[in-house]
Amino acid sequence: MSEPRLETKALSRNFGALRAVQNIDFKLEAGARHALIGPNGAGKTTFINLLTGVLPPSQGRVLLAGRDITGKGQAERVKLGVARTFQINRLFRGLSVLENVSIAVAERKGVAWSMLYPVGRRADVIAESIELLETLKLADIAGHRISELPYGRQRLVELAITLALRPEVLLLDEPAAGVPSAESHIILDAIEALPLDIAVLIIEHDMDVVFRFAKHVTVMVSGAVFASGTPRDIESNPQVRAVYLGQAGQRTGHA
Amino acid sequence: MSAAVPTAADHPGARGLVTRHRLRWWETLPWIIGLGIYFAFPDYLGFGAELLAMILFALSLDLALGYAGIVTLGHAAFFGAGAYTVGMLAFYEIWTEPITSLLLAALVAAIIGFLSGLVLLRTRGLTLLMLTLCTMALLQEAANMARAYTGGFDGLPDLAIAPVFGVFEFNPLYANTQYLYSLGVLLVCFIFVRTLIYSPFGQSLTGIRENLLRMHAIGSPVRRRLVICYTISAALAGIAGGLSAQINAFVNLSALDLDRAATVFIVLILGGYGRLYGAFVGAVAYLALEHFLAKIYPTAWQLGLGLLLVMIALFARNGILGIGEALWQRYGARRKTP
Repeated sequence: MSEPRLETKALSRNFGALRAVQNIDFKLEAGARHALIGPNGAGKTTFINLLTGVLPPSQGRVLLAGRDITGKGQAERVKLGVARTFQINRLFRGLSVLENVSIAVAERKGVAWSMLYPVGRRADVIAESIELLETLKLADIAGHRISELPYGRQRLVELAITLALRPEVLLLDEPAAGVPSAESHIILDAIEALPLDIAVLIIEHDMDVVFRFAKHVTVMVSGAVFASGTPRDIESNPQVRAVYLGQAGQRTGHA
Repeated sequence: MSAAVPTAADHPGARGLVTRHRLRWWETLPWIIGLGIYFAFPDYLGFGAELLAMILFALSLDLALGYAGIVTLGHAAFFGAGAYTVGMLAFYEIWTEPITSLLLAALVAAIIGFLSGLVLLRTRGLTLLMLTLCTMALLQEAANMARAYTGGFDGLPDLAIAPVFGVFEFNPLYANTQYLYSLGVLLVCFIFVRTLIYSPFGQSLTGIRENLLRMHAIGSPVRRRLVICYTISAALAGIAGGLSAQINAFVNLSALDLDRAATVFIVLILGGYGRLYGAFVGAVAYLALEHFLAKIYPTAWQLGLGLLLVMIALFARNGILGIGEALWQRYGARRKTP
């Protein structure tokens, strides 16, 4: 198992003349807690979109446990264990928390084509959904509609839906973005409690979160990898401080 | 925490999902009323059968529009396909047994729905709306041009339909058989749709309507699922069309008309889409409005209908059922909670 869980080789993506992602060689090891940081517009979300198959790359390859998945679409990659959360919530707002999660569970279990048997009688789907909600401390609001919940809880449901897919590689796009600081601890606690066999890549602006959570940090600037190393290396790297931490250091309690 | 809970289905948070597919007492009301009408208004059964076919048509649209969010203005394409299937089989005396004819109507409509869906459902929104409209117009023009088989503009009159179960004859003067037969067909189709929407498949359709990007991100084969939903919806519309041809004993180009597609759209919006019973409430409300408004303003009754639709679009997006639900939540539910 020396092979990285997820690897990119010379991955690039251009939007016209804009080189959004340039020639990125990246490795996400098994069980990684890896942070991706960089100023706005550095190409972090584009990079995630390349990893999940939302966008095809202009050049380069994506490997999952050594297997080339560059040509595979989003649905196939999800089946292979690559899941993501979104920077802005993408939830089924009119449905209950439990339904939100059970849709994902049913999809993963491959029962989402079944037409003649009510969801409510799929005890396996319900049990797994409730269990997941319990680990995230959402079970007591399982019956609540998403639109009734405070934003922090909604972010947690976003994470729950993704975990329902039982990912091996989890890509978190600013999981605490927009959450009031009074609530943000519930997200951070949940991320810290993630099973260790999941390789996690987290995009995050809040440096406190990055240093608390990540064992490895990659800095992206203008679509390319600017620096990579342990949080301590990155923190003490003067160039990184100049382009990124300098600005970030001024912000406290980033929302 | 989980040790105190015997099974997940007993978890209080799971109650909503575990019990929502169970039959509630009021769900028997439409059928009791339907049977009651049979005995109470024997002179209006022809009209009643027509109403039942319209409910079925609206129900088919609800599956596509209300549940999966497929915006279509061309659903009469499938209604017409079903109607012409039954019509041509009966007119040329190839096949007149009513129930199997309806199944054939469903099959033909489903094939058209599947093939057009494969192409159309790559698009969304306004493009999709226009393409569904075009499909219907093309089909109508095809029916018009194939005069030798479809009777062209005049259609196919005096269809001879064999007795239901070989016993109950369709009498053009007394529509008793037509009415009960329509009620039976609607009941069977309704049970199917109801089962479907509470199934994991139905839930995934709701997911597609609620958040398309999320469905892609959880690995759902979105387009395939939409095509299948569209196909099922087309089959049901085909049954509605075939049923309409049988109870009227004729079919003409109006079965493929924009007028018909727009009417069923209005019926569903009026009743409330994505609600299963919106088709029932909407169809009854539409025909009642048509009846009363036409009495008061014979020349401009559609103006009244138009004004009502504007009001619904502005103030009651979820139709008549949506108003009912809001009132229930405000007054009925409050009484229940201690």
